[in-house]
Amino acid sequence: MSNVFTIDGQEIPFEPGQSVMQAALTAGVFVPHLCYHPEFRPHGSCKLCTMKVNGRPATSCTTPAAAGMEVENNTTEINDKRRMLIQMLLVEGNHFCPSCEKSGNCKLQALGYALGVMSPHFTEFFPDRPVDFSHPEMLLDFNRCILCELCIRASAEVDKKNVFALSGRGLKKHLIVNAESGRLADTDFAVTDKAAEVCPVGVILRKRHGFAVPIGQRTYDLKPINEQVERFKPVTPATKEKV
Amino acid sequence: MNAPNRKLRVATTSLAGCFGCHMSFLDIDERILKLVELVEFDRSPITDIKHCGPCDLGLIEGGVCNAENVHVLREFRANCKILVALGACAVNGGLPAQRNHLDLRDILEEVYETEGGLARGSKIPNDPELPLPLDKVHPIHEVVKIDYYLPGCPPPADAIWKFLTDLIAGRTPVMGHGLLHYD
Repeated sequence: MSNVFTIDGQEIPFEPGQSVMQAALTAGVFVPHLCYHPEFRPHGSCKLCTMKVNGRPATSCTTPAAAGMEVENNTTEINDKRRMLIQMLLVEGNHFCPSCEKSGNCKLQALGYALGVMSPHFTEFFPDRPVDFSHPEMLLDFNRCILCELCIRASAEVDKKNVFALSGRGLKKHLIVNAESGRLADTDFAVTDKAAEVCPVGVILRKRHGFAVPIGQRTYDLKPINEQVERFKPVTPATKEKV
Repeated sequence: MNAPNRKLRVATTSLAGCFGCHMSFLDIDERILKLVELVEFDRSPITDIKHCGPCDLGLIEGGVCNAENVHVLREFRANCKILVALGACAVNGGLPAQRNHLDLRDILEEVYETEGGLARGSKIPNDPELPLPLDKVHPIHEVVKIDYYLPGCPPPADAIWKFLTDLIAGRTPVMGHGLLHYD
């Protein structure tokens, strides 16, 4: 049997070991995702990449591709659920786009546009979250954190610094800085770190670089996110290792 | 666009907003001449009518930050067949809601009593004519049922035009790339 499965009836070739998500991205199929990054091991937590694999919902980033699978991706049913996931993420944090430097480059916002999220639908939490302005070159605005753990993975696996972590459980789960003081300035975090560039939303931002690219000319202003499929880059053995 | 067989009545208001959405609405420029062939305005800053009568469409700018906002919003809901949250503040609270993690009394005291540059003896205003502020600022869908949302700070004039012409023509408004903005 050849290494092919179908997504929404389209034949998708894959290499053994690839996930459904990797094969889909390689074939240029748009898959909404926030916690997945081609250079890191899949996490399966944001659930936006959920597809129906042989009739059962599964996160495509953690589902190994197998020959003959029948996968549903871009359907009304699945996109309705993805829209609801975005709405839940929006009300859980303080996502005030008009004042956010990430606006136009933000994946959460871009997916909201692509999926047609017109309202938060749910009751806003308006949580009280801090801003860490202590580091000379970077700032942290925890109001926007969606707990994708990309900065945690990047700092631990690539930078070998372990600057970030999650603390608390359930609704109280939140991103913290691994320092006695809890301040970013008291870590060895650097502007050149991988963790400084992976945030899909506007939590980890570089100081004194605001609005270098004007609103209206940013990544997802130019083309919607569903027309900018990140082609899959193979994971290097170093990042595949368990940490 | 096929014109409906009578003019639709439209009411608009700004609650906890800055009138930026109304300014963006006026940014449809000369298209407003086409619009007034299809609609007539009830309560709105454009007409200065003080209370809303039965309407087909109500456009609400701004969230709910005080008691008067709640009354106005309920009056709109009671009179408008279709109620629309227009702009970021109506949709999710927007800028005024950025006070929600602060204590209301602390804010009022800082602004009216303790901040530098105030006249000696300044007090928090307490006139019966002033609507009482709410503890938190709320998006309008947390108070009444909302039928449509058009985000943006403000929504671009082209988005408002597309939204209104879609709705008047009996279509579900669809905002494509470039028209749907949260900022």
